[in-house]
Order: sequence, then structure tokens, then C-alpha cells
Amino acid sequence: MKAIGIVLAGGNSNRMSGLSKLRAISAMPIAGSYRAIDFTLSNMTNSHVQKVAVLTQYNSRSLHEHLSSSKWWDFGRKQGGLFVFTPTITPDNGFWYRGTADAIYQNLTFLHQSHEPYVIIASGDGIYKLDYRKVLEYHIDKNADITVVTKHVNVTEDEVTRYGLVKTDADGRIVDYEEKPLIANSSTVSCGIYVIRRRLLIELIESAAKEERYDLVKDILVRYKDVKKLYSYNLETYWSNIACVDSYYKTNMDFLKPEVRNYFFREYPDVYSKIDDLPPAKYNPQAVVKNSLVSSGSILNGVVENSLLFKGVYVGNNTVIKNSIVLNGTYIEDNVYLENVIVESRNTIKQGSRFVGEGKPLVISDMTDRYGIEEK
Amino acid sequence: MYYNEMGDKLNKCMEEKALIKKEMIAMLLAGGQGSRLGVLTSKIAKPAVSFGGKYRIIDFPLSNCINSGIDTVGVLTQYQPLRLNTHIGIGIPWDLDRNVGGVSILPPYEKSANSEWYTGTANAIYQNLRFIDYYNPEYVLILGGDHIYKMDYEIMLEYHKKNNADVTIATLPVPYEEAHRFGICIADETGRINEFEEKPKNPRSNLASMGIYIFTWKVLREALIKLSEVPGCDFGKHIIPYCHENGKRIFSFVHNGYWKDVGTLQSYWETNMELIELIPVFNLYESFWKIYTKTDVIPPQYIAEDAIVNQAIIGEGAEIYGEVVHSIIGPGVVVKKGAKVVDSILMNSTEIGENAYVDKAIIAENCVIGKGTVIGFGEEAPNEFNSGIYNSGLVTIGEDTVIPAGVKVGRNTAITGSTTLEDYPDNVLPSGKNIFKEVALV
Repeated sequence: MKAIGIVLAGGNSNRMSGLSKLRAISAMPIAGSYRAIDFTLSNMTNSHVQKVAVLTQYNSRSLHEHLSSSKWWDFGRKQGGLFVFTPTITPDNGFWYRGTADAIYQNLTFLHQSHEPYVIIASGDGIYKLDYRKVLEYHIDKNADITVVTKHVNVTEDEVTRYGLVKTDADGRIVDYEEKPLIANSSTVSCGIYVIRRRLLIELIESAAKEERYDLVKDILVRYKDVKKLYSYNLETYWSNIACVDSYYKTNMDFLKPEVRNYFFREYPDVYSKIDDLPPAKYNPQAVVKNSLVSSGSILNGVVENSLLFKGVYVGNNTVIKNSIVLNGTYIEDNVYLENVIVESRNTIKQGSRFVGEGKPLVISDMTDRYGIEEK
Repeated sequence: MYYNEMGDKLNKCMEEKALIKKEMIAMLLAGGQGSRLGVLTSKIAKPAVSFGGKYRIIDFPLSNCINSGIDTVGVLTQYQPLRLNTHIGIGIPWDLDRNVGGVSILPPYEKSANSEWYTGTANAIYQNLRFIDYYNPEYVLILGGDHIYKMDYEIMLEYHKKNNADVTIATLPVPYEEAHRFGICIADETGRINEFEEKPKNPRSNLASMGIYIFTWKVLREALIKLSEVPGCDFGKHIIPYCHENGKRIFSFVHNGYWKDVGTLQSYWETNMELIELIPVFNLYESFWKIYTKTDVIPPQYIAEDAIVNQAIIGEGAEIYGEVVHSIIGPGVVVKKGAKVVDSILMNSTEIGENAYVDKAIIAENCVIGKGTVIGFGEEAPNEFNSGIYNSGLVTIGEDTVIPAGVKVGRNTAITGSTTLEDYPDNVLPSGKNIFKEVALV
């Protein structure tokens, strides 16, 4: 393969309503059995990108645990591999990553020491399947300096202003690029996936650092949009970014639709993840389950409708769960009623409780007294 | 003689160098066909048969090894090893991918003289003397690949050492009325075994041998070489009696936990079904003593709007659109709309067509059951091919089998291969009949 990969997985978002209190967004559990970053890493391995660096910073314990071995995604160990780079203190630098460009700058050695001519940069919070080789082909074909993967979205449904917005000419060249504008003037959003020549990336990152500019989008892409040839590669297939509660909820619920489920679960290529070695799910006599995804290690005694149960969830007797997302290792006692909620990992929902999300999904967290931690 | 001299030299050499030293290594006998499982093992060895909606039988001894701190395991294969080989690989799922030790697959191999298959359990170990010598162990653990249990072999080893034993046999207390079916050990109050009885009519003890042994390697090595000429050299029949006759210290280590032999279709079915109970005797849901396996299917399972799932265990990536009652459903299985599965075991990636009805069947991997087909109906009749294997009213379907739409299959039947309507006169396979066909390689 002619490219190496960089996955930007260090960020946080205040739109996550406390869900990112426990972990980086890239480590958010998705679709029952996965973490967000699995999709990007699987795309890398399925595109034969065999050398991938993941840049982490914010709340990365859970993410690092997930990235414990390159084996889960079939990356090599000698011919390439999976590298996790966290900020370190060096004689020249004592800063955290001050932005995405700075994160790459602080790991420039990785780029210098590689020999592959191209770099694929992707964020760790996108849910999609994409053969990066096709983007690279397009990039070479268009003789582009930087190719940005984009997606047309429905302006009325999505909060497009949380993305970078691009406008292109008939050839696909980007003529306008705005990052998180106040008013949306386009319905084409950047997916946060870029292809660029390695030497050009080094050059741009170094000159940005000299000027004390630290953001890849604001300080490089947007600034260079008229100087360099930026092209847009339009993604026709499913893509979703999970960096806010609503879209996190919606993305998970999308997997209840047969077309989305088949696309990700049954069609080639596979999405890989770290294996947890949990036993199969168990349905006891009182269990009633309708239109739901259930993951391994779960034990069900109650009613579950239009919901996602992640790994190792226990559902008590006479408990009802509707339109909800229950994350890993949650223990839901008897006679509980949950509707339109997201239950954070390893929480315990006490007997007889009732939680209903009005309008927006309600995030339930900090109920961890099972582990002897006092409830506040 | 060859091994004797060479082995001694090697041993001496190893001891002097002492580069590698494992206190105990395990040898897992996984070469048997398990013919009592009928068509389930027509293409795979018994240890590779799926179990419990996720696992394969060999996962239990392999997981027990790593959970007991044994990081060197030789797996002896012979009968149909492909599935076992791909399952075990280099041992990643069990953390048995090691620089020194780890898992090694040991098939029979050609030698300059006297090449032969593994002719017996002990003969298989004898043919791999050099493998064991390489690790220079004090003790060797001998395991079978056909039992469902959790056991800490480290505790057994401590017991072995404490007794200064030459051989320790794991034993299971069985009801006296059933003791006549087993090899029985008669032990004194210290646990030392003074006598053996093979399937006794009037048992004097209820301690059944589980086929799990710890040998002090020197003792086993000497016995293997001494008995190397015995045809079909076997642990139970030759090695243990030899050690006993020579006054070796043989002890019984009583295992009081769960242990099930899944060597017959009946016991295989029952042991699976026990997992469904509200509080199963054998609990796979404890985080302590995990059972590891190679996971090929990652996605969660989907239970559709109109589906009914009751008293079931369902594996990853399965999709249920119909009804599943009191059954074990493997990874990637699809039960289509209107289909009903009762009291059955469906293994990996099998598909049950719309409106099909499956009652008390064991259906192996990658089978396709046609629309509206009925599996298991009517009165039982003894199986014409072998009523000792196919009984208890079970329908047994081998892997990659295709059953066309609209046919009816009776009880105590077995089917394997790509069957078509012509194989079912009047669209019916009556109870007690069989269809054995080759799988079409297209």
C-alpha cells in the first residue's frame, strides 16, 4: 500500500452531555458490539493500509485498553502495525496536543520515518465503510494536493453547523471551505477524512507550527483552500459522526434498520473489534424482545423493545426498556421502566426506578453504587 | 531404543544448559473421531464440534490450561484436523501465542523408520517424546478434548506434589448405580489408589476416572518407552496398569465440580440444554474462569419485531425473525419469519427457512433448511443404520446439509449432504431412516 494512516482520536466535545466523561469519543460503544474507532481502523485494514498511528489525548484510558493489540484489526507487527501516540514531554516541548495539527507535529518523526508516499488522515468518531484506496485513486487522478472526503447531508435534519462545510465546482474542486460556520451555506460536510502526500503534509505541518498554528482544519485546510488544489471525494454510502448526543443516539438506532444492519454486519468487508470473550446472550422464560439488538454476555428477564443492549447487560424481571440504548455491563434491576434513555456503562438501575427521556434522549450516569461508590 | 538413547542425551544436554524449563506442560488428545456423535463428526474431529451457542468443545480444556497458568500445550490431532487447526491457529484467543511454549499442533508425521498413525492415546504421546523433552518439564498433564468442565489443574498439581505422587488421576464421584459404566478407582483414606475396576458389576467405589492425569515426567517417560511396542498403547489400558504393577504412587484427585462427557448425541443435547435453565449448574456468565474461543462473528444479534424468543441462548450475529423456544442458537444463524425452533441446537451460520418447524434437532454448521420444512415429526422409530447412535427422538443433521423446501423429516433420523426432493419419497423421510450424501462442491 502506498499510504500510511493517522487516526485523530484525541478530542472531546461538550455536546456529548457527560457521555464522554468516561472515555474519549472514539471509544464510544456503537451498535452493540463495537467502539467508534473500530470503523475507521477496519477501513484502514480493509484498504490494506498496514501502518496506522492513533493520536490520543483526552480521557484515553478506555481507548488504550481497546487498542491493546494490533491483532484485533489484523495489523502487522513488523511490516507496519498499530501505533498509539500520546503527548509526551521532550526537551523541546512540554505541551499537550494544542490541536490536531500540533498532534501530528509532535509525532512528525512517524511521518519522517515512513517511506509510503501518501497519508490518510481520519477522525476516530465516524461510522462508515470506505475503501481509502478509491479515495487515493481519485486523489492521484485529480492531481490534487489534498482530498477531503465529503458527504451531502440533509440540512434540515442535521446540525450541519457542527461540521466543516465545503462548496465545490463541477470538477469536484473545493472553492469554499468554512469550519463550523454560524449559518450553513452548503449541505456538503467534511467527513474529517483527508488524503495528502506525506511530504506535503510534513511541509504544511512544519510551517503551521512555525506560525504557532495548531489546527489542521482552520489553520491548514481553510487557509490553503485557494493556494493548494483541494478536491472533494463525495461519499455516497452511509456515514455518520457521533460527536453529539442526538447523533450518537440516532446512529445507534440506525442499526435497527435492516439496510444499515445488513450493510455493516453482513456485507463484505467486515468491521473488526477487540474480542471480549463473553458468553452468548441468554433469554429467560419471562423475556420478551422486539426489534432490538442484543450483545453477548447479556441476560434478559424483562421486556425490551426498539432498543440496543450492549455487552453484558442484565435485565431484571418485569423491567421494560423501550427506545433506549443500554451500554456495556449495566445492571437493570426488577420492575424498572426505561424509555428514550441512554444508560451509561456499568451503571446499576435500582429496583422500581422509572426514567423517561422527554423529547431528547436522557443520559443516565453516575449510578455505580454496585461498586461501593457512594451515590451523590 | 532410539528414543531412549537420544532422549537421554537430549535430556542431559537440556539439563546442563537449562535454557528452557517448564514445570508442567499439557498434552491434549484431540485426534479421536467421536463416532458416537454420528454425522456431527463426519467432517470434523469431536473437539471441534460447536457447543453452547459460541464455543467448541476443545475451548474448555484449553481455557482451563491458561486459567491454571499452563502456557505450553501440545494438541495431538489426527482425525479430520482442518477445523481444529483453523480454530486453534497460533493460540491467540487463549493467550497461548508465546515465544517459549504456547500451543503447538502435533499431527502424526513420517519418520525414517516405523512411521505410523497414532495407534492409541499413549502411543500418540510416545511419538511426541521429543516435543515434551524440549520443554524439560517436571510434570506432564494429559487431557482429553471431549469434556465440558472448569477445573484448576494447578490445584491438582499441588496435590500431586504434596503426595509425592508419580501419577495423579482426576476422579469424579458418580452415583453408585451408574458406577458400572465407568473405570472406577479404589482409593484409601489418603487418596492413594490401590485398585482399579473397569466397568464393575458391583462397584466398591464411586470414583470414576475422568481421563485427566498428571504424571511425573520421568515416570511417564520410562513407561512410554518400556511399552512402546505394545500395539495401540493406551493410558487406561496399559500405562496406568503398568505404573500400578510397578508400585508407583498413584493418587486420586477428586473433582467436585461440574463435568460432562458430551460423547453421545443424547449427552451432547442434554448438556447444551442445561445451559438454558434459569440458573444453570454450569455457569458461563461468571467473570472468573472465563472460557475463551475464537470469535468469527462480532455483531450483536437482532431480534425482529414479530420474533418470539423464550428460554434460549443465542450467539453473536444471529437474526431471529421467527420463534425460538428452549434452544441453543449459534453465531450467525438466521431463523426466518414464521419459522419455529423448539428444543433444538442450531450451530454456526445455519439458516432456517420461512415457516419451517424444527423440533428436537441438532443441526450442524452452514446448513440450509428449506421453506416450510418440518424437522422432527411423528412417532419415534429405531434408527435403521445405528440405533445406538441415533436415538432419543433426535434429528441429527451434519454440516453443509441442504434440506429442500416442504419436506417432512421424522425422528431418530440423520441427514447429511446436499439433499434434493428426489431423496424424499412423497416428500417425507420417515422416523428411523437416514440420508447420507456427499456435499456438492460447487
